[in-house]
Amino acid sequence: MSAGPIVSIAGVAKRFGTVVAVDGVDLDIQRGELFALLGGSGCGKTTLLRMIAGFETPDTGHVLIDGQDMTGVPPHRRPVNMMFQSYALFPHMDVAANVGYGLRREGLPASEIARRVGEALDQVRLGDHGKRRPAQLSGGQRQRVALARALIKRPKLLLLDEPLAALDRKLREGTRFELVRLQEQLGLTFVMVTHDQEEAMSMAGRLAVMNEGRIAQVGTPHEVYEHPRSRFVADFIGIANILPVDGGRAWLALRPEKIALFAARPSTDHAEQGCIVEIAYEGDRSLYRVALTDGSTLLVSTANIARHPREPWPRGQQVWLGWAADAGQRLEE
Amino acid sequence: MRLVIALPYLWLATFFLLPFALVLAIAFGVNNPDAVPPVDLGVSLKNFRLLFTDDLYLAAWLGSLRIAAASTVLCLLLGYPMAYAIARARPGLRPLLLMAVILPFWTSFLIRVYAWMGLLASNGILNQFLRATGLVDNPGTILGTEWAVHLGIVYAYLPFMVLPVYAALEKLDTSLLEAAADLGASPLVAFLTVTLPQSLPGILAGCLLVFIPAVGEFVIPDLLGGTGTLMIGKVLWDEFFLNSDWPLASAVAICLLVLLVGPIALFQRQQAKNLERQ
Amino acid sequence: MPGRARLPSPKRSRDVGTASPQSRFGFAQAGFAFTMLAFGYAFLYLPIALVIVYSFNESRLVTVWAGFSTKWWSALFANEAMLGAAWLSLRIALVSATVAAVIGLAAGYALARVPRFFGRTLFGSLVIAPMVMPEVVMGISMLLLFVGSDRLMGWPIRGFLTIAIAHITFSIAFVAVVVQARLADFDRSLEEAAMDLGATPWTTFRTITLPLIAPAVGSGWLLAFTLSLDDLILTQFVAGAQSETLPMRVYSSVRLGVDPQINALATIIMVVAACALIFSGWLTRRKA
Repeated sequence: MSAGPIVSIAGVAKRFGTVVAVDGVDLDIQRGELFALLGGSGCGKTTLLRMIAGFETPDTGHVLIDGQDMTGVPPHRRPVNMMFQSYALFPHMDVAANVGYGLRREGLPASEIARRVGEALDQVRLGDHGKRRPAQLSGGQRQRVALARALIKRPKLLLLDEPLAALDRKLREGTRFELVRLQEQLGLTFVMVTHDQEEAMSMAGRLAVMNEGRIAQVGTPHEVYEHPRSRFVADFIGIANILPVDGGRAWLALRPEKIALFAARPSTDHAEQGCIVEIAYEGDRSLYRVALTDGSTLLVSTANIARHPREPWPRGQQVWLGWAADAGQRLEE
Repeated sequence: MRLVIALPYLWLATFFLLPFALVLAIAFGVNNPDAVPPVDLGVSLKNFRLLFTDDLYLAAWLGSLRIAAASTVLCLLLGYPMAYAIARARPGLRPLLLMAVILPFWTSFLIRVYAWMGLLASNGILNQFLRATGLVDNPGTILGTEWAVHLGIVYAYLPFMVLPVYAALEKLDTSLLEAAADLGASPLVAFLTVTLPQSLPGILAGCLLVFIPAVGEFVIPDLLGGTGTLMIGKVLWDEFFLNSDWPLASAVAICLLVLLVGPIALFQRQQAKNLERQ
Repeated sequence: MPGRARLPSPKRSRDVGTASPQSRFGFAQAGFAFTMLAFGYAFLYLPIALVIVYSFNESRLVTVWAGFSTKWWSALFANEAMLGAAWLSLRIALVSATVAAVIGLAAGYALARVPRFFGRTLFGSLVIAPMVMPEVVMGISMLLLFVGSDRLMGWPIRGFLTIAIAHITFSIAFVAVVVQARLADFDRSLEEAAMDLGATPWTTFRTITLPLIAPAVGSGWLLAFTLSLDDLILTQFVAGAQSETLPMRVYSSVRLGVDPQINALATIIMVVAACALIFSGWLTRRKA
């Protein structure tokens, strides 16, 4: 076992017919991290994941897992397991048979399989559901069975394809923490694909933002949010005002919450006067669209930390906007 | 994986494709009753010339097409409302209703045709019924007429019409009809402008599934039709088994195939399209 | 058995005709359709019912009721030629349905899962064509093949083997089509999950794909079995002088006119078919 990255992707490209799915990706994923591939539909994130699992073959480039070149290695010989978006539970087998499927392929003795299946089911709090069929389980239970089945072979790397997409909203939040807890407890490497930036930001240690088959930026959630390296990333993650600076030769990405509203001209590094044209009240915060005197508009968000009897900044109100010199990220593009 | 393709491929090439090459070769030969088998190979167009000039054969071609087309229409007229009613029945009831349509198909084809022989004979049950109720005083014999053949074809092939039409109607989103009604369409107009166009693929598939085998039908005209009912399948059979004219029977087979290439290709395209949609 | 067709209950507001207040016409439409359905069932089942009833008729005439009798049934069970033909047909149907199921499974799998191979378009047409080929055409062509190969190699002798080959050839299509359709809406990630968990392609097929498409293969087998048992035309061409299958026996009997023994035989066939279909329906419902 080497100490290098667990997954090393070098110069990988893949096209389907005339569609370029993955267009020259280089990426290292470190041991023990929870890594997220984030992007919109058709950005190539799922294809990349499937190339790690072995379901797709790269047209060019190499995928290394634990230092071993995986070119030509079929899925069933890779030290990797995957949790599918649809969970892909075998409908003709009960829960225990589903979870034990991978161990049976290794030809382990039945008693050993039964013991480890019991452990795996206990780990996902489904100890007494072994005899049920997948069709008899709730969505959350199915997700946990899929997780137990993928983890039982103790893979070097667990791939998760949209692990929470099929769950309803309330369940999703709790499951997020559970996945992170499990990953830390087992000390495994998780690579997950998601289109949900909130999910990626809150769970991943590092994430890669993908666009049109390429990686736009790799970094911690904090780096990607506060220091986007391109207009695409700034725009894709959260909300950003993108202002031209230096006469249009560069751009400034300015998050709405970094701007403050004032009744009179503030003493901040930058100050602009404008008029409130739209308000989106979201309860914990409000988002204002402010028209500046030069005709452009800016989005400003404020946290509603005090209980006002009525909207403190009504529509049509003349306001001042102020922000600090380091509030935005300069983009040379 | 190679075996998975090779096994059916070789089987069909040997037992399906190769025989057609033989039929083609024999069709250009000449009948020789003294040889075993009774064929002299050659390149004679005699058989084909006969098929297109002799009145008997021409009548058989036209008869086949006419009877098949008319039976297909009759089948659609009965089958469509049946499929429509099943698709509109309570969902729990539909499998049962559908099974009741398919059930006769699983019994013997020959016996289903046979069932009509007793019904349609001159002193058969249908005529007894007509006389007894006074509907018709002196009914003619239906057995032995083209009408009997129509009846037989509709009876034998009805499931092939109901199933594809039902499949098309069942997929129809009922909210489309509600939208049509909401936009001012009466139920009849909604049916004509929404339901009917949406079920066209099913109608086409059903019609082809009835028409194609009906053109080459042998058992039904043989048992229910009379000497005046000329259909090409029966001509082929008679040339082969009664006259032992293998080359002429082969030529009939080739022509029948050419005649049906259009409908068969249409059917295959339709099937492929359906599979893609899935 | 046909059961009375039921009008849609007014509770289901999604039914045509009950959707809007101005729905008199819709009711007329649905009423017409359900009347036709009832008529259709009568049309389908009355002839069959009469065949069954007249198998118990005292008279030889199928048109006159002369009292209850089981003598045609006794005659049928004493009819050696008929029983021999039935036995031959059953054996041929068993063999041909089983071989057709294997080859049809392979053909359906290739069509659904192998996107590109040499001559795929031809292969696709070859698989489906026997379904729509007029039987007289297939019959004459297969006979010519067997006669030709007999002249060249002295093989095969016409009889069981040639009939079975003919039945297999046209049954492959029916199995392949149901298998292909089942595989087309099969969740591919189930197979990927199996491979991901260490199953080789063959193990994946054996433990995941085959169990899940087994019902389709089973119904394909049943269809092939029924078609073989029922086939007259193709069989007549390739059977040769020595073998007589059940449909051949029935055909030569009914050509001479109605025969109450055939009514008795028809009754048996229909009861068996109905039981088999109801049983398989019950089986699928219990599974679901």
